[in-house]
Amino acid sequence: MILNLHLLLAIPMLPLAAAIIAGLGGKLVGRAASAAVTIGAVGVSCLLSLQVLYALLHGSSGFDGTVYTWLVSDGVAMRVGFLIDRLSALMMAVVTFVSLCVHVYTIGYMHDDGGYQRFFAYISLFTFAMLMLVMANNFLQLFFGWEAVGVVSYLLIGFWYTRPSAIFANLKAFLVNRVGDFGFLLGIAGVLYYTGSLDYQAAFIQAPQIAAHTLHVPGTAGWPAMTTICVCLFIGAMGKSAQVPLHVWLPDSMEGPTPISALIHAATMVTAGIFMVARMSPLFEQSETALSFVMIIGATTALFMGFLGIVNNDIKRVVAYSTLSQLGYMTVALGASAYSVAIFHLMTHAFFKALLFLAAGAVIIAMHHEQDMRKMGGLRLRMPVTYWTCLIGALALIGTPFFSGFYSKDTLIEAVHDSHRVGAAYAYFCVTAGVFVTAFYTFRMFFMTFHGAPRLDHHAQEHFHDVGWSMKGPLIALAIPSLIAGYYTIGPELFGGFFGGSIKVLPAHDVVSEIARDYHGAANFAERSVLGLPLWLAMAGVLSAWHFVLRRPDQADMIQKRAAWLYRLLVNKYYFDWFNENVLARASRGLGLALWRGGDQAVIDNTLVNGSAGAVAWLAGRARLMQSGFLYSYAFWMIVGLVLLLGWFLVRV
Amino acid sequence: MRGPALLSWIIWLPIGGGLLVLALGDARVRLARWVAVAVALATLLLCLPVWHGYDHTTAAYQFVERLSWIRQLHAEYYLGIDGISLPLIALTAFMTVPVVIAGWRVIEKRVTQYFAAFLILEGLMIGVFCALDALLFYFFWEAMLIPMFLIIGIWGGPRRVYASLKFFLYTFLGSVLMLVALIYLYLQSGDYTIAGFQSLPLGLSEQRWIFLAFLMAFAVKVPMWPVHTWLPDAHVEAPTGGSVILAAIMLKMGGYGLLRFSLPITPDASRELDWLIIGLSLIAVVYIGFVALMQTDMKKLIAYSSVAHMGFVTLGAFLAFDIQGATGTLSGAVNGLDGAMVQMVSHGLISGALFLCIGVMYDRVHSREISAYGGVINVMPKFGAFMVLFALANAGVPGTSGFVGEFLVILAAYKANFWYAFLAATTLILGAAYTLWLIKRVIFGPVANEQVAAMKDLDGRESVVLATLAVAVLLVGLWPAPLLRTMEVSVQHLLQQLSISKIPAG
Repeated sequence: MILNLHLLLAIPMLPLAAAIIAGLGGKLVGRAASAAVTIGAVGVSCLLSLQVLYALLHGSSGFDGTVYTWLVSDGVAMRVGFLIDRLSALMMAVVTFVSLCVHVYTIGYMHDDGGYQRFFAYISLFTFAMLMLVMANNFLQLFFGWEAVGVVSYLLIGFWYTRPSAIFANLKAFLVNRVGDFGFLLGIAGVLYYTGSLDYQAAFIQAPQIAAHTLHVPGTAGWPAMTTICVCLFIGAMGKSAQVPLHVWLPDSMEGPTPISALIHAATMVTAGIFMVARMSPLFEQSETALSFVMIIGATTALFMGFLGIVNNDIKRVVAYSTLSQLGYMTVALGASAYSVAIFHLMTHAFFKALLFLAAGAVIIAMHHEQDMRKMGGLRLRMPVTYWTCLIGALALIGTPFFSGFYSKDTLIEAVHDSHRVGAAYAYFCVTAGVFVTAFYTFRMFFMTFHGAPRLDHHAQEHFHDVGWSMKGPLIALAIPSLIAGYYTIGPELFGGFFGGSIKVLPAHDVVSEIARDYHGAANFAERSVLGLPLWLAMAGVLSAWHFVLRRPDQADMIQKRAAWLYRLLVNKYYFDWFNENVLARASRGLGLALWRGGDQAVIDNTLVNGSAGAVAWLAGRARLMQSGFLYSYAFWMIVGLVLLLGWFLVRV
Repeated sequence: MRGPALLSWIIWLPIGGGLLVLALGDARVRLARWVAVAVALATLLLCLPVWHGYDHTTAAYQFVERLSWIRQLHAEYYLGIDGISLPLIALTAFMTVPVVIAGWRVIEKRVTQYFAAFLILEGLMIGVFCALDALLFYFFWEAMLIPMFLIIGIWGGPRRVYASLKFFLYTFLGSVLMLVALIYLYLQSGDYTIAGFQSLPLGLSEQRWIFLAFLMAFAVKVPMWPVHTWLPDAHVEAPTGGSVILAAIMLKMGGYGLLRFSLPITPDASRELDWLIIGLSLIAVVYIGFVALMQTDMKKLIAYSSVAHMGFVTLGAFLAFDIQGATGTLSGAVNGLDGAMVQMVSHGLISGALFLCIGVMYDRVHSREISAYGGVINVMPKFGAFMVLFALANAGVPGTSGFVGEFLVILAAYKANFWYAFLAATTLILGAAYTLWLIKRVIFGPVANEQVAAMKDLDGRESVVLATLAVAVLLVGLWPAPLLRTMEVSVQHLLQQLSISKIPAG
């Protein structure tokens, strides 16, 4: 089947059109129609995306073409265009599927909210932006999608704009992302500088030549061109995919309504950075240094953000820290040149993390907007569908054999193990230790919420009600792929050459094919996990969580008191926020004030501008004195003038 | 070219219309308003055949009109446009319409004089962009100051006298030096045609002096750091319409002057002194970015933001020589010049829109202080949506016009010197910081006080004005190709002029 442009165009345009109708239609369209239009549009988008994926799996060669020319400057045509290969098709399918689930879930979650219609408009707009990002065939459109998802994220985090915490969080998210985009833009400028084009293909083809260049940077001995470009691009990914130290915005983004936490801040937007690096694999493969940098940043994020999940009591924030940690895992895979594994984990994570978020959202709604896990407990029997689906999500997250997360996480750890890159040993330690941490915080959350004695306060007790089917349906829809997606896709996706030409790995870096040599089917892969460390670490994590949450909570308190400094460090999130707010932000404001009051007002205005006006006034005052009206005074000055004039003539002669 | 003298029509129709409005007098205010809108719209409509008939395959001046003007001085009434002036003329005609409509009810004293001032100003500004004779250019350039001076001085805020004087003296002082340079050039070439100046051979030291004289005039207008301090004062005191025209059009005169005079007339001095412009531009982006962050007055904040954004215009215009030094060819500099031009148009739309937005709030609460607001979106959701859109455009979000120019200039800066691009790209962070922090404090949050609670959402007239600008901002952002195509050949012609030294051989 040949993919035609109109079909592809419909995939992002339908959600955009729906967003415009729901957003600008106002009362003319109304609540019910807004929901119907956006869900219908995203539903059709999802079907079309699946059709595209199907076509690509059955012989279609994909699509790489222009939609329209944005502008031509200096002979460089900057275009809007699509590159549809298996990588983008897989992303499109994941994005539209999760988006569809979230759209449906929203009917229930936002039912009583005044901004119901606006919310649908935003999430549809987001779907459009995210699709433009993954479908791009050039850096311009990638950047457009990149920033557009950031804008919608900004609008959605601040959805409840009367809450001071929400509008603090959305500004913070936007600015931190802009720090990343700052690097990203310089990376794009580097690509244009060396290739004279913004098209992916031009950059990919010329990658080895770029790698041979040295970028002239005044004041330095010159930087290796490809490393500079890749590190700059990756700084963009660090912003969007919340890698240390640009991770600070993601936990705060939980101020937004839960459906978007699932869609944007777990399943799709935050994985844009992962997707981008995988897309740019032909470039990153040319820079060992950049890949080591990627790996070390990812490993740090994976382990140290996981720790923060242990001490948090807000159900959404635990899931958020888990997301940070899992994004770190994906980043490590990228750094190990296991791009396909990163995308594989991205996919399984999209399902089970969206599931966990939506389950957390269901709990929050049932508890009447209570997010503190210390006030939950024993919800197992009161919301069984949520309980079971959440259990599936949790088991997938910790890497239980046969669950989707198991396949992606285990291959990921193995890939890091096989990598010989600088930093690989550190990364291997982080991702392995991370398995225990993941299991611990996940089941701590799970036990605190669903097991043990109910600790509901009076308000929650009185208003408690299980959620409706519009919310349970998406939980089930996401639980299915969380359970089986790994088992059925690991073979073809990782070892069957699924990604073909869309991901490029140099033979010397190819850790995935090393794993492939020992791969004998999904069932066998799961069975062999008994021999590996991760499975036992995960079990130990679950058991510890059970011990400290349900069996001996007093011991947890004791440890907390004994290691008070550690606890403080974790509760304060390693003091990143403190540093940003009290050092960076304060210094910026101080600098602004100093430049304004000192530079603009004191020096330029008062000294130079008003000063020169004053000087003129002073001079005029002096000159006025010379016009005294006395004849002898004029005669005196005439003689002085004459002497000077004659003197000048004499000197010239 | 024979045919209807379209450029003259576009210049003199608003001036004549302004005089007519003035003649109607305050006794017939209703009629005068409608006449003013009709004249502004008619001028805009007259731009359509010009835009449509413009041949973007040639860099030659088009729609030329040439008559003898002052024979003794060899000055001519010589008009014509190319791809550099056409977008700015269109911008001027476009922005005058919302300004006239925005002043509809708000202005209560000397109403007809107010409308007349803006229409006359429009004609004079278009004259600046059309003039191909330097004396005629200077005539329009200086004449333009008068209505603006009156607009700030009569309809301005409490410190309007200080602000209008500061504005006048600053710009006038710069202009006087330009006049000296023009007279010198006239004495050398024998007439005042700008094209003649451009092809006139000039020694390096002559060029240096002329360059600096021009720079004084244009740097004040742009305004470049450190001669920018008149702008915040002028904006704060000017009425809304005055701020809009000041930001949207008058600042562009400086950028236009650099492209039309400085670069082609003194290419060798430009090459020698480009570090000065680049340095001042980067200071404008970074230094002013921080200053804008700390403003407590909304108009001052946008004024400082204008200085930072105009920094991209001057940066983009002067990157060519460094790019030639780094890459061995001038051709890579097209991105920078294109970016400078697009940035001018875009900044015209966005800053104009933001000043209109502030005007909308000021009309209701009578304060420009950020602290007087908070949670405006609760009571004015429609307005809030527009304001957020324009703020995002000001922060340079792709899909809006604010992105295009900055993007192109940063791409060009990277070719010249990595650090230029590095410093210029800080606008991504700083621009977002000062603009969205403003939005956070003014638009979002709970309703701050009773005055905010009493604010009424946009009426039909205001909605139309802001919606028109929103469409323009999005259109230029999503499809800038036509704009780029219009100026392509002229920009290349300019680069060609830069590549040839004017220093006489031997």
